[in-house]
Amino acid sequence: MTMQPNRLAVGGRIDRGTTFSIRFNDRDIVAHPGDTLASALLANGVKIVGRSFKYHRPRGVFSAGVEEPNALVQLREGARTEPNSRATTVEAYPGLVARSQSGWPSVDTDLGAIVGAFARFMPAGFYYKTFIGPFRNTRWWMFCEHFIRRAAGTGIAPAAPDPDTYEKVNAFCDVLVVGAGPAGLSAALAAARAGARVILAEQDRDLGGSLLDQTVGDTWLRATVDEVASLPNVRILTRTTTFGAFDGDVYGLVERAWDHVDVPPPHQPRQRYWVVRARSAVMATGAIERPLVFGGNDLPGVMSASALRAYLNRYGVLCGRKIVLFTANDSVYATAGELARAGAAVTIVDMRSDLPEELRSRTAAAKVDVLAGFAVVNTHGGKAVTAVTVAAVSGREGGTKGPVRRIDCDVVGVSGGFTPTLHLWSQRGRKPRFDTDKLAFLPDGSIPTLVCAGACAGADTITDAVSSGFAAGAKAAAAADFVGDAGALAPPKLADDGWQRGAMLISAVRAPDGEIPAKSFFDLQHDVKSTDIELAHREGYVSVEHLKRYTTNGMATDQGKTSNVNALARLAELRGSPIPAVGTTTFRPPYTPVAFGAIVGHEIGRHFRPTRLSPIHGWHAARGAAFIDAGSWSRPRYYPVSPGEDVQAGYIREARHVRAAVGLVDVSPLGKIAVQGPDAAEFLDRVYTNMFSTLKVGRLRYGVMLRDDGFVFDDGTTARLSETEFFMSTTTVNAGKVMARLEFLLQTAWSDLKVQVTSVSDQWATIAVAGPKSRTLLQATCGAADLSAQALPNMAFACAAIDGVPVRIHRMSYSGELAFEVYIPARYGHSAWAELMRVGEPFGVAPYGTEAMGALRIEKGHVAGGELDGRTTLKDLALERFASTKKSFAGCVLRKRPVLEDPTRPSLVGLMTIDKTVSIKAGSLLFPATGDIAGHGDGHVTSTTFSPTLGGHIALGLLARGPARLGETIRCVDFLGGTTVNCVVTAPCFVDPEGVRQNA
Amino acid sequence: MLRFKCPVCGLRDETEFDYGGDATVVRPATAETAFEPWYDYVFLRDNPRGPHREFWHHSRGCRQWVVVERDTLSHDIGDVVLARDAVKENRS
Ligand SMILES: [Zn+2]
Repeated sequence: MTMQPNRLAVGGRIDRGTTFSIRFNDRDIVAHPGDTLASALLANGVKIVGRSFKYHRPRGVFSAGVEEPNALVQLREGARTEPNSRATTVEAYPGLVARSQSGWPSVDTDLGAIVGAFARFMPAGFYYKTFIGPFRNTRWWMFCEHFIRRAAGTGIAPAAPDPDTYEKVNAFCDVLVVGAGPAGLSAALAAARAGARVILAEQDRDLGGSLLDQTVGDTWLRATVDEVASLPNVRILTRTTTFGAFDGDVYGLVERAWDHVDVPPPHQPRQRYWVVRARSAVMATGAIERPLVFGGNDLPGVMSASALRAYLNRYGVLCGRKIVLFTANDSVYATAGELARAGAAVTIVDMRSDLPEELRSRTAAAKVDVLAGFAVVNTHGGKAVTAVTVAAVSGREGGTKGPVRRIDCDVVGVSGGFTPTLHLWSQRGRKPRFDTDKLAFLPDGSIPTLVCAGACAGADTITDAVSSGFAAGAKAAAAADFVGDAGALAPPKLADDGWQRGAMLISAVRAPDGEIPAKSFFDLQHDVKSTDIELAHREGYVSVEHLKRYTTNGMATDQGKTSNVNALARLAELRGSPIPAVGTTTFRPPYTPVAFGAIVGHEIGRHFRPTRLSPIHGWHAARGAAFIDAGSWSRPRYYPVSPGEDVQAGYIREARHVRAAVGLVDVSPLGKIAVQGPDAAEFLDRVYTNMFSTLKVGRLRYGVMLRDDGFVFDDGTTARLSETEFFMSTTTVNAGKVMARLEFLLQTAWSDLKVQVTSVSDQWATIAVAGPKSRTLLQATCGAADLSAQALPNMAFACAAIDGVPVRIHRMSYSGELAFEVYIPARYGHSAWAELMRVGEPFGVAPYGTEAMGALRIEKGHVAGGELDGRTTLKDLALERFASTKKSFAGCVLRKRPVLEDPTRPSLVGLMTIDKTVSIKAGSLLFPATGDIAGHGDGHVTSTTFSPTLGGHIALGLLARGPARLGETIRCVDFLGGTTVNCVVTAPCFVDPEGVRQNA
Repeated sequence: MLRFKCPVCGLRDETEFDYGGDATVVRPATAETAFEPWYDYVFLRDNPRGPHREFWHHSRGCRQWVVVERDTLSHDIGDVVLARDAVKENRS
C-alpha cells in the first residue's frame, strides 16, 4: 500500500489496525475505519479535489463538516452514483469509488482554466439578465447553456433506476433533540431524566459534536453518552440529519442508514426518512466557522482552522508542516498548540494588536510564532498554497499598510469567527437578530416548543454549552408537561478559550493600496468575488435577498454556510449601514441536500398511490384484458381476442358487438351514495337541478348537479328505493368530491335537514348489460323476476336474484341500446359476472372495456369527462331542460350570470369527418372553413372515436353558436400534431336520436 | 405540516384533512334569488393577517367538517370545533 504522508503514527479516533483501499480519480487511496473520504485524501496528500464552478480554479478540502464548499464528489458508480456528495461527510468504506465532478480532462490539468473563460461573460446577475432582462425568450440562454453545462462542476444524476430501497418512518416523541454535541447530549439527558420520551438525532456517525475534534473531554463524553444510551426512553439516531422544521412541531429527518457501504445488506434501506411529531424540541446545532476573505483565499491548502483541529484530533492527520493560522479571535490558539505539538511549525497571524498576556505566554511555551496586528493579504502558489503575504493592520474594516512580508507555508488555517447554525429556527419563520457583542446572528424572541442551546444560542465555551443544554432539556421537557427532577450535570474538565472571545468581524482584507485583491472569494462554491458584490450594489441590488439571487452568493449546494455572513458584511460596508440594518437571508429546508429517494420512500411506480380494483378484476385479468389507469382505478380497456389485436381493432369489435348482440362492461368504479332520511327528497331537490321529490319509488332519474358558481359539477342516475331512501350514482372521477360536498352542505348550512349520506361505492359491484339481447340474457339469468318492457320500463328498477344472491336491476342506457345496470353486493360481483357470461354464451355475450364504452356513449351524444370539465354550463351542454323552474337549487342563481348566458358561448355539437379515413384529435381547436387560423378559434373538440355504426370518425365538441351551425363545414386544427381535419357539424346524438332502441 | 385536534379523533396530521375555505362566510338561503348575496358568498373573501377561521374536512378520518382557528401569520392553530356546532352558533 502507498504511504500516507500526512497520517500521524498515533492519535485520532481511527482504527489503524485495519487498512483498506478506496479509489479517487482512478488513484488508490489508503484509508482506515473512522475516516471520511476527505480525511483519507488529506492523509494521502491529495491537495486538489475539484475545480471551481466559473473560473476552473483548483480547489482543495476546506472544512471537516457539512459546510464544505469545495470537496464535492461524484460518489459511487452506475445506478448508485450520487452527485454533490461532500467528501467531508462521506464515510470511507472498502471499495469506495469517487471522482471530482469538475475539471476536464482532469482536476490537475483543467483546460477550462486555460481557455479561461467563458466566465468573463458570466458576471453577477448573469441569470437575471438572461431570464428576466432583454435576452429573455431568446436563443441566448440556449447558446450559453451548452457551455455552462459542459464546464460547470454540477455532477451527474444517475441514469438508471435506483436499485436500493428507502423507508419512511412516522415517529412521535415528547422532546426531539437536534444535535449530540455537548449541549445536545446534556439536553437529552435532562429531558430523559425528567421522564420525557426523547429522540436524539445526530448527523454525524458518532455522538459528541465538537468534543470529537478535541482530546480532552473524552471522559465526560463517554460517561454522558453511556448514561443517555442506557435510558429506555431515549432513542438515539446517528447519521441522521434534521433537515427541516415545519409547522405543528413536525420535523423532517433523514437517516443515512446504509450509506456508509457500497451496497446495503439484503432487506435494509439505504436511507430512512423520519417524520417526527415532537411535543417540543431542543435545537443544539452548534456553529460553523466563518472564513476570512483575502487575496487567493481559495487556493488548496487554505482551510478552516477548526477543520485542521478536527483532522488532527479525530483522524490523526496533520494537514501541513508549515502552518499559518489567520484569525481575529481566540479560538485558534488551542489548535495552534496542538498542531505544534504534532510537529508543525505554526505562525499565528492575528488581526488584533492587543492580545491578552495569557495567550502570548501560552503560544510562546508551545513555540508558536504570533504576528499580532497583522493580516494575510494574499496567497502564493499555483495548485496549492506555498506562501502568504502579510501586512500590518491599519485602521478598521480590514485595511493594511506596507511593508509586506512573505511567510512560506503549506497550509493556511483561517478563522473569522463562528456563525451559529440557525436554519431550523429560521425555518420556523423567525428572524435571527445580530448580536453586536458576539458578532453573530442569534435566535431572536422565543418559540415555546423550540429551545435553543449551546453554540447556536451563543454559548461561548463547552462549559456554557453543557449548562445551557441541560437547562434547555429540562425546559423542553416541561413544555411537554414533564417536570420530573433532572438532577444536575457537571461539565467536562477542560480549559476552553471559547470561540468568539475578543472577535472582530471584517468583510475582507484590503491590500496596502486600499483595494480588496481581485481574487478574494466570498462564496467558494459559486465563485462569488468581492467585485460581484460591488457590481450588484452598483446596480441597485441592496437587499440581502436580492444580493443573494443576483450574485448567486449562498445559492450553491452548500447554501452559503460559510459565505453568507461575510457577503452581507461586505454589502453592509458598501451601503454604509450596520449589519443589523442589512439583516440576513431566510433559510428554507433542507439544511443539507436530501435525496429524492429518501422522501419518496416506497411510493414509487405502482406504489405511488393505491390502485383501486373492481371486485371483478380477477375475472378480467384471467381473461387477458388490457388494463388502463383511469384516475385511481385500473380498468379493462379492451379484451384482446388475439395477441396481436390492438386497441383500435379491439374497441371497434367490442362496440359493434354490443349494438348487434349483447355485451357486459364492469362499471363498479361508479360513485354510489346512499341518501337516507325524512328530508332526503328535499335535500336532493336542493343539490340537483331537476326535481327528485316527485320521483316515484321504484323509478330512476338522471340528475345534474351544479357548483354554487353555476357551472356543471357532476351527473348521474339516482334511484328512489323508498319514500325516505335514495341510491345516488356519481361519475367515477367525482365520487369523492360529490360525497364531500354533500357532507359539507348537511353539516353546515343545511344541518337542519334530517338526512344521512353514506358512501357505498365499495359495497356494490355494478355490471352494465347492453345490447338488443340484454333482456333475454338477464331474463335467462334471473328467471323469477319479470323484466319485460311492461314490468320494467326504461328508468325503472327491479329486484331479482342471480344464483340466489339478491341483486337490483336498473333499466337505463348509456350506450343507447336496450341496457341494464345490475347492482350486486361487492363480494358476489365476480360470481355474478361469471354467471352472466356462462348463461350468455348461447346469446353470444362478450365483455367490453372502457374504450368501447366511450365509443358507444359518444355515438349516443352523452356527456362525460371531456365535456364535464368544470367550465361548461347546462346550456353549453344542451342540458337546460334539466333545470327546474319550480324550485331553487345550488347554483341556480349564478348560472344566470349574463356572461354565462352569452349566446356565443361554445355549446355541444357532434362532428363528423368528411374524409372517413382520418381521425380527429381531442383538444383540436375549431375554425370556420375559410379564413385565418389564429387565436383560440370557435371552440374545441372534447371527445373523439371511430364510430362502428357510421363507419367513420366522429367527435363531440364545444362550438360557438353550435346548434345554429348544423351542416356547416369547419376545420379541426391540432396544433400539437400539426394537422387539420375538415368536419361537418351535426347534432350531438349520432345514433337512434328517437331512442327506439333503448326503449325497446 | 399543520396538526389539528379533531373533536372526534384527537390530534391528527394535516394530510388527513382537506381544506374547505373560509368559515366566516355564510351561505345564502337556498331560496335567495338575488345575485349580490351569491357573489359575496362564492367569490368575495377577506385576506386577514392574523387569526382566521376556516373549514377543514377530516376526509381521511371521521368525515366530519370542522372549523379551525388558524393564525395566517404564524400558522398557530387555536380551537377546532365541529362545523355543525360552529354554524349553529353563527345562527343564534
Ligand atoms: Zn376526525
